[in-house]
Amino acid sequence: MVTQIAASPLAGDRSRAARRLGYVLVGLLGLTCIAGLAVGAAGTSLWSALADLAVGRELALRDKVVLWDIRVPRVLMGMLVGAALAVSGAVLQGLFRNPLADPGIVGVSAGASLGAVIAIVLGGALPLAAAMGAWIVPVFAFLGAWGATMTLYRIATRAGRTSVATMLLAGIALTALTMALTGLIVYVADDAQLRDFTFWNMGSLAGATWGKLAVAVPLILLPLAASGLLARGLNGLALGEAAAGHMGIPVQRLKGAAILIVAAATGAAVSIGGGIGFVGIVVPHLLRLATGPDHRFLLPNAALLGAAMLLLADLVSRTIIAPAELPIGIITAIIGGPFFLFILLRQRGIVDL
Amino acid sequence: MLIARDICADYNRKAVLREVCFGARPGQITSIVGPSGAGKSTLLKVLTGDHAFAGTVRLDGRDIAAFPLRDLARIRAVLPQSTPLAFPFTVIEVVRLGLVNHPGQDHIARRALAQVGLAGFEGRYYQELSGGEQQRAQLARVLCQVWEPVGADGTPHWLFMDEPVSSLDIAHQLQVMALARQFADRGGGVVMVMHDLNLTAMSADSVALLRAGRLIVQACPEDVYRDDILGEAYGCRLEVGKTPVRGAFVLPQMVTVP
Ligand SMILES: Nc1ncnc2c1ncn2[C@@H]1O[C@H](COP(=O)(O)OP(=O)(O)O)[C@@H](O)[C@H]1O
Ligand SMILES: [Mg+2]
Repeated sequence: MVTQIAASPLAGDRSRAARRLGYVLVGLLGLTCIAGLAVGAAGTSLWSALADLAVGRELALRDKVVLWDIRVPRVLMGMLVGAALAVSGAVLQGLFRNPLADPGIVGVSAGASLGAVIAIVLGGALPLAAAMGAWIVPVFAFLGAWGATMTLYRIATRAGRTSVATMLLAGIALTALTMALTGLIVYVADDAQLRDFTFWNMGSLAGATWGKLAVAVPLILLPLAASGLLARGLNGLALGEAAAGHMGIPVQRLKGAAILIVAAATGAAVSIGGGIGFVGIVVPHLLRLATGPDHRFLLPNAALLGAAMLLLADLVSRTIIAPAELPIGIITAIIGGPFFLFILLRQRGIVDL
Repeated sequence: MLIARDICADYNRKAVLREVCFGARPGQITSIVGPSGAGKSTLLKVLTGDHAFAGTVRLDGRDIAAFPLRDLARIRAVLPQSTPLAFPFTVIEVVRLGLVNHPGQDHIARRALAQVGLAGFEGRYYQELSGGEQQRAQLARVLCQVWEPVGADGTPHWLFMDEPVSSLDIAHQLQVMALARQFADRGGGVVMVMHDLNLTAMSADSVALLRAGRLIVQACPEDVYRDDILGEAYGCRLEVGKTPVRGAFVLPQMVTVP
């Protein structure tokens, strides 16, 4: 009797569906990768290049540069940034127990920007600048994101309960404050720094190089991998801090780790891609609708879908007004903004609390 | 054994519990009663280590403050007064979260759901259940955590519940009381905050009566259920009766509006 029950699939158990969705998302990501490699302003054909490689013919130097030094790093970078933003959103939402938390909306990205700008403008004067080299921008972005997340958590959460309204309002204040500080620092920047800053701030994957990738890979893969360790804890936390503690979850450590992971992933993503918003709210929300909020599946699937969505957005950004490029942040905002409002309206009840 | 001595606790420096002593044995149902605001929930939070206090709480001889979280989760489960959920989990997904000591044993989750009368609710969204149904789903989750009332090594397991039946109809109230009874009869310890004096008289082996942060008495129901004791604790006239088989009951008296 008991074994019979155990063998039949459990009604209401969406873990199998979530796992299956994971395979579908791997396929989708593969397709978007190929599209990202095949499409570009230069008109280089991925297929003829592959055919050349297959028969052992040398590639033209130009095609080699376009494919290997421009498109491949750009696609890899897009995947990393998309995965980082989506997982940051999912972890932040788990931490705040609230589906409206997004690194871009609650000021975490703004904190990362402030850190990045400090590094770009004051870089030379900072301690340890020489030792950090290319790492200085992402490291400072991480510190900025960390400070912002900690501040936000302190303000919005009292005795283990987060007020949604306080969180959103604190996010607005935090964003305004960090943007003012950012403006202040940009004000003292010289021309070369200003150019660096402007390019970075537009939010684009266009500047992806192997060098930047080498810095970004560990900074993003580490928190992504670590997020998997939080999955069970975040599931328990959905019942509230007290209940999570009763089930043996070390709540304080979990929250500290979640904040670190969000800060590291968002900091790295922002330092590379600039202001790319809404990925962190759209992706986890769609996945929860599809296969439920179990973080054991939500987090890896968010990484996959986030990567695929950002590649798609990047594809649009570089084809829609080709040969020029639209900043990718504009595309994610045009799609994500109304989406956020839609969720907000549907969940109006919890905001009014 | 659960022994609490000289418990003082406060909220924002307002004293909520004053020198409360309390005890509970495995194999028994121990109920905490008293008027609203008396400090029942706070006492339960002290006993589960969720509220700061002065005094000592010892569970099976170990100081609750020094009990590692993981070890506590193995031997005791806690049902809060209500549990709002942030995300759209299904009922079975919520109940399975309780399988911390029985990972992967989904049949336990299924049986716990059936025991609280929610068989067939597996695929429903938790957020779309009524308050009473949510409370029973949470009870199923909590039951999963201490599925065996006594551990393999003979240590008793504990069930702490804050008003588990307040939002239930009488049939489900009786069902939950029967579950508590069964847990105690099989060697586990049950500590619960109760609102309904008659259900308490029917089910409890020991009753702790609180009023304004102080313990008035803890004893077997026969010694607590007296007109004067209950009447003074609740500040109204109550008539306690006794039936030969079922023990005490409380009859409310109509009062005049002041
Ligand atoms: N979060 C809180 N903040 C301040 N005071 C509280 C809080 N929770 C409870 N209290 C106060 O503590 C006293 C005891 O509360 P509680 O233990 O919940 O009572 P009971 O469960 O017996 O109804 C009440 O006077 C209540 O007003
Ligand atoms: Mg209470």
